[in-house]
Amino acid sequence: MAKITLKDLSHSYLKTQSSDADWAVRNVNIDWNDGGAYALLGPSGCGKTTLLNIISGLINPTRGDILFDDKLVSNLNPVQRNIAQIFQFPVIYDTMTVYDNLAFPLRNREIEEEKIKSKVHEIAEMLELSSTLNNRASGLTADGKQKISLGRGLVRSDVNAIMFDEPLTVIDPHLKWILRSKLKELHQKINRTMIYVTHDQTEALTFADQVVVMHEGQIVQTGTPVDLFEKPKHTFVGYFIGSPGMNLLPCEFKAGEVILNGKKIETHKKIKSSSFSKTEIGVRPEFINFGSEGIPVKVLSVSNTGRHKIVDTQSESGKIKMIAKPSENIPSGSAFLNFKKEYTYAYGDDWIIE
Amino acid sequence: MNKTINQKAWFFVIPVFVLVAFNAIIPLMTVVNYAFQETFGNNVFMWEGTRWFKQIMLSERFHASLGRQFLFTFIILFIQIPLGIAIALTMPKEGVGVPVCLVLMSMPLLIPWNVVGAMWNIFALPDIGFLGHSLNALGFDYNFTQQIGDAWFTTILMDVWHWTSLVVLLSYAGLQSIQPAYYQAAEIDGASRWAVFTKIELPKMKKVLTIAILLRFMDSFMIYTEPFVLTGGGPGNATAFLSIDLVKMALGQFDLGPAAAMSLIYFFIVLLVCWVFYTLMMRNEGNQ
Repeated sequence: MAKITLKDLSHSYLKTQSSDADWAVRNVNIDWNDGGAYALLGPSGCGKTTLLNIISGLINPTRGDILFDDKLVSNLNPVQRNIAQIFQFPVIYDTMTVYDNLAFPLRNREIEEEKIKSKVHEIAEMLELSSTLNNRASGLTADGKQKISLGRGLVRSDVNAIMFDEPLTVIDPHLKWILRSKLKELHQKINRTMIYVTHDQTEALTFADQVVVMHEGQIVQTGTPVDLFEKPKHTFVGYFIGSPGMNLLPCEFKAGEVILNGKKIETHKKIKSSSFSKTEIGVRPEFINFGSEGIPVKVLSVSNTGRHKIVDTQSESGKIKMIAKPSENIPSGSAFLNFKKEYTYAYGDDWIIE
Repeated sequence: MNKTINQKAWFFVIPVFVLVAFNAIIPLMTVVNYAFQETFGNNVFMWEGTRWFKQIMLSERFHASLGRQFLFTFIILFIQIPLGIAIALTMPKEGVGVPVCLVLMSMPLLIPWNVVGAMWNIFALPDIGFLGHSLNALGFDYNFTQQIGDAWFTTILMDVWHWTSLVVLLSYAGLQSIQPAYYQAAEIDGASRWAVFTKIELPKMKKVLTIAILLRFMDSFMIYTEPFVLTGGGPGNATAFLSIDLVKMALGQFDLGPAAAMSLIYFFIVLLVCWVFYTLMMRNEGNQ
């Protein structure tokens, strides 16, 4: 059990790197606190798995350091780092029984058979595998197999962290939900650091206390699910989290003011600098209202999801989506939109301006 | 759901039936025909019942060649399977080495059987062959044309050279299909190299190895051309395996009846061994 620190970490699969795009992971600085439940969220190919494999020691990073409790572990192998990792596809040892599968990591560490027995039974109990202990592991269903993979990580009581690499990919949707709550419950029970890699925002937001969002090899924001929703630090977070995602409209910065199509818009803070090549204003559909004056738009369509209505509108600067209550009257044709000031942000070159 | 009954569908089976009939059933039936009758030519046949079968089953000559055949097959399987797996494990998994290794490995498989026999015959000749001459120069009394042990040694070496590649290629394909996550998980579980081999690689190679063993069993059990060209079954009858003995009986002595009976027995042994072996290997596949 340890705090895990990544310092100036970069990794590339290429021999020489000429541009940012050649790096799978770049300039990562982050602390994973002991006992935390983290989600590493990002689209496919953003470097999540690479980052995970660097922490567990399966990949040696091109640059940077990995520290466990301020002790450098960059040159240690996965066994020495004492990490558990669960992969996307259930990895089981086909020829062994469920019991032997769970005992395997302990046997490799030459622990007495007595201790192994009690530990395996304890974990099997926790994962509801007790009744299948003597079956061949290859006969189990996908979720049963994934539980075994998970169990092999849990039997070692001293692991520094348990890492999940999209562990529910091959699990049936209705079982996904059960396994996910199981994981959450396990985290509360054993209080071990867990890092959960996923591209599914629902999975990330329900599992984790802290969500780390990755985009093109960089960590763009770390925070609670509420932080990510209410105050996206990067346009990618705004767009990736939430359904529908944040509205991002090109705008101008002039003398500390945000100008959208010639009209001054109030944002949560005054802006100071204005030397950006790309300037945008961002506001979530949840924080937009109809008003008697404001940004002129044309209402294009309304779709009712039951819980709320999603309204598509067209403004001079682009399409704006907004969310209205199911009971609300939606004006047809021309209307005016108001942005809630405290949830409206200015972004320069994709990063929030504060 | 009710099946639609349409007897016209039988017409679709006719092409396959005709094809199989001409290349398998009809030739086999002529053998069956010879196996139960005696003939002196001119299409005159006399019914003999099971006489030829009894004669073959009781013949010491058949027992001897069957024994030699099993011994040969087991020796080459015992060498080729572990050796093939070992070579596959040491082959590179990526990079330019892969095509180089694959091409080098395929070479022996592309050489015609009789050329292999002729090559090894010359290669092993005690006076002028590189292998034979070198062994003698090193002080070994080696002569495969006269000494039984040397004849067996040369035949086995030739077969290992010719066919180990097949096992290598199949094992290599099996190894390549193992997902990297298995190796990563094993690394995290702290598994030793030996454990990775026995718990991951071997079980994952089971299917290709079953095929490799079956192919090597059948091919080596029916081996003819290479030992025929290399030793001609000699010295004496020392390397006269079943097929060589069979040809001697059928074409050398023109004993068509006993030879036909022997072919059928031979055929059933191959079928039986393959069936038993396959059933044993696949015994546990049902619950996966």
